[in-house]
Amino acid sequence: MDLTIGPNQFFWDADTWAGFYGEMADSAALRVVLGELVCSKRLPFYQDRIPAAVETLLDAGKTVALTSLALVTLKRERKLTADLGAMGVPVEINDLTALSHVPDGAEFWVGPLVNVYNEGTFRWLASRGATRICLPPELPLSSVQVLAALGAELGVAVEVWGFGRLPLAISGRCYHARLHGRTKDNCQFACEDDPDGLSVVTTDGQPFLAMNGVQTLSDSTASLVRKVEELRDAGVSALRLSPQTGAFGSVVAAYRGVLDGSVSPDDAARVLAALAPGGRLSDGFLTGARGADWSGVAV
Amino acid sequence: MHYAETPGSIPVFPRPAALALRLPPLAPLSVALTALARRITRRHPELLTRLGSDGAARFVIDPTDLPMVLQFDLRASEPHIRVLRRDPGGDARIAGPMAALLGLVHGVYDGDALFFSRDLVIEGDTAATLALRNAIDDAELDLSEEIDALPMTLSRPLRALIRFAERRTGVALTRPEEDY
Amino acid sequence: MTLEIVCPAGTPAALRAAVKAGAHTIYCGFADETNARNFPGLNFGRAEMAEGIAFAHARGSKVLVAINTYPRAGAEHLWHAAIADAETAGADAVILADIGLLAFAAEHHPGLRRHLSVQAAAANSDIINFYADTFDVKRVVLPRVLSVPEIAAINAEIDVETEVFVFGGLCVMAEGRCSLSSYATGESPNMNGVCSPASHVKYSEEPDGLAARLGGYTIHKVGRDEPAPYPTLCKGCFTAGDKTSHTFEDPTSLNAEQLIPQLAKAGVTALKIEGRQRSRSYVAQVVRNFRAAVDAVAEGRPLPAGMLARLSEGQSGTTGAYKKTWR
Repeated sequence: MDLTIGPNQFFWDADTWAGFYGEMADSAALRVVLGELVCSKRLPFYQDRIPAAVETLLDAGKTVALTSLALVTLKRERKLTADLGAMGVPVEINDLTALSHVPDGAEFWVGPLVNVYNEGTFRWLASRGATRICLPPELPLSSVQVLAALGAELGVAVEVWGFGRLPLAISGRCYHARLHGRTKDNCQFACEDDPDGLSVVTTDGQPFLAMNGVQTLSDSTASLVRKVEELRDAGVSALRLSPQTGAFGSVVAAYRGVLDGSVSPDDAARVLAALAPGGRLSDGFLTGARGADWSGVAV
Repeated sequence: MHYAETPGSIPVFPRPAALALRLPPLAPLSVALTALARRITRRHPELLTRLGSDGAARFVIDPTDLPMVLQFDLRASEPHIRVLRRDPGGDARIAGPMAALLGLVHGVYDGDALFFSRDLVIEGDTAATLALRNAIDDAELDLSEEIDALPMTLSRPLRALIRFAERRTGVALTRPEEDY
Repeated sequence: MTLEIVCPAGTPAALRAAVKAGAHTIYCGFADETNARNFPGLNFGRAEMAEGIAFAHARGSKVLVAINTYPRAGAEHLWHAAIADAETAGADAVILADIGLLAFAAEHHPGLRRHLSVQAAAANSDIINFYADTFDVKRVVLPRVLSVPEIAAINAEIDVETEVFVFGGLCVMAEGRCSLSSYATGESPNMNGVCSPASHVKYSEEPDGLAARLGGYTIHKVGRDEPAPYPTLCKGCFTAGDKTSHTFEDPTSLNAEQLIPQLAKAGVTALKIEGRQRSRSYVAQVVRNFRAAVDAVAEGRPLPAGMLARLSEGQSGTTGAYKKTWR
């Protein structure tokens, strides 16, 4: 099993953004998906840094793909989506709109925000040219096992959400703007203040979710670090690590250590909890009663 | 009791009438209501199918304007109803004015709307309550018709109750004609 | 042309009530995880579906069968059987969301009309044309993230029919792209056909009001005299930053009744009413209201005054994303 760095979900300034990919060029991850996933309004702030980042990563031997937006509605967003192929690297579709622009038979990847729940959809995407599919985070292990086996049969690599706040929902409405009493069109980029998302807590003080512009994430940071054996047995070929601020190189290293057997899952979990925003981990979607559950001891 | 908080659109039993109901013994009512419930489930077998495993529960139905509660036990194959002075506890509790509860059975009111407006209060096993509500809504019951079909000894206490309630509240306790 | 009213039915009794109240079309589902309103005590057995469709057809109404969850890996046969059974029962169309299921239906049931469910959240003309070309979808139910001008623009660029929600519960998130519910409870719209399931709801009367919790998370507390919305996750009261508010959406529901003339001008074919979980009395009232409204619009008369607020969640209505400032 190896590691994929997923697209950054948050709004980072251009230097932080570029610095992150410079760092990832030296990381133990084999491949990197980058580009704007959540909000097209953020793109102009770092768009011109993308080609250099792609080049740096390719030079370092990484495989690189470019993500589509998660929700495409505006004309400008449709144009953006249609142009994704021009960069010369595979496109990772995170809204099926992107697929409508992939030439028939051309290679593409499928991201975790496309609903691949079953064999029928998996087969259909494979027949259209999908070579790598990252399954939706909410899938239980039983589904992952079926689809990973099918992936092996069809020669499609299967990835799962290995680390990061879970992308639970996407909306037409911007919650950061709403919080600040603004509309989406006049958001004044309120989400930039929360580079790992803004915690949403119940009125009883229980941490629950995190807002990130039009996206809603989990409060807990999902980590399948304690599930590596089951996933390997199932035939999953990669874990996806979702960028966050802080020592992300240490996150990648912790996972690499567990995959190599040089670090125990529980030791890695302690390291990851210390790096996770709020310090809470979860792996309940895979084997628990619900997504928020964590199989390990509370850390 | 929250008489004053119930909106005017749903009639409530006036207090003196409610007090009068304290007098009759409850045991005959329990027997008659159990017989009524069993007759209904025999005549509408789809009601039990619709209740499914979610609805196999013990409900407390609390008409907030009457000095009694109904414990409605649907866990066994045959329903059982007990009329009690106070809440004996159960898996789910549904409370509201008698007219709202009967209006639900007769399809005059929408359960969600009554709940959103707080005319209806539910507590405990929400899935069981939903199953019960949906099953009853589908059965298109007419309680008066069902009561009329019971043997005289059983129907008498219920009919007296119905007439009493209709006179006092002006609520029609039969199902309105729905063919419009 | 009169806009088509597409009305929900969670039970055979609600279907009959809707037909009698003047619904052009009724949508419903089988009593299992194949449809997105898999609630206790709701939906149709196979025989009930056939009887319901016969009842509707005899009175000139159509019936659409929603098979709009995402089939579970290893259990696709349940969804395949639902499609076959809908066709046998005489359904006028099936409403599907999953690509694999669309491909299956197109291949094995080519004569059965296919509608794209809102759960597929097809939000622009490129993807709608893609679904039309690839799976011969005849109608698309638009997600509730679009404004009226955007709907008009989409209709100008596609050949298939569009159906939009006008009344009832309002998803704040793009439909079919949300796993908030399974994060808190383990059950989701996509996999189980439920959102914020009743089995995980606990109400409790507390000194400071009625608390509603879902999976142990407090969704809201309301005082004695306040309306009590169902604890749907995205309509809860939470704290973010230093602000306690309805972070995602107020406990309100959609009422686009007043926008019917504009939706007609935008080229919409059908107006959809949410609420398969609501009673037959609700269904009849809402259908009568909307039927009167579309008949008035078709005849060039002004809209009748709205009467539906009392039926709404939180007893207040919003026009949602149809007005751009909602975003």
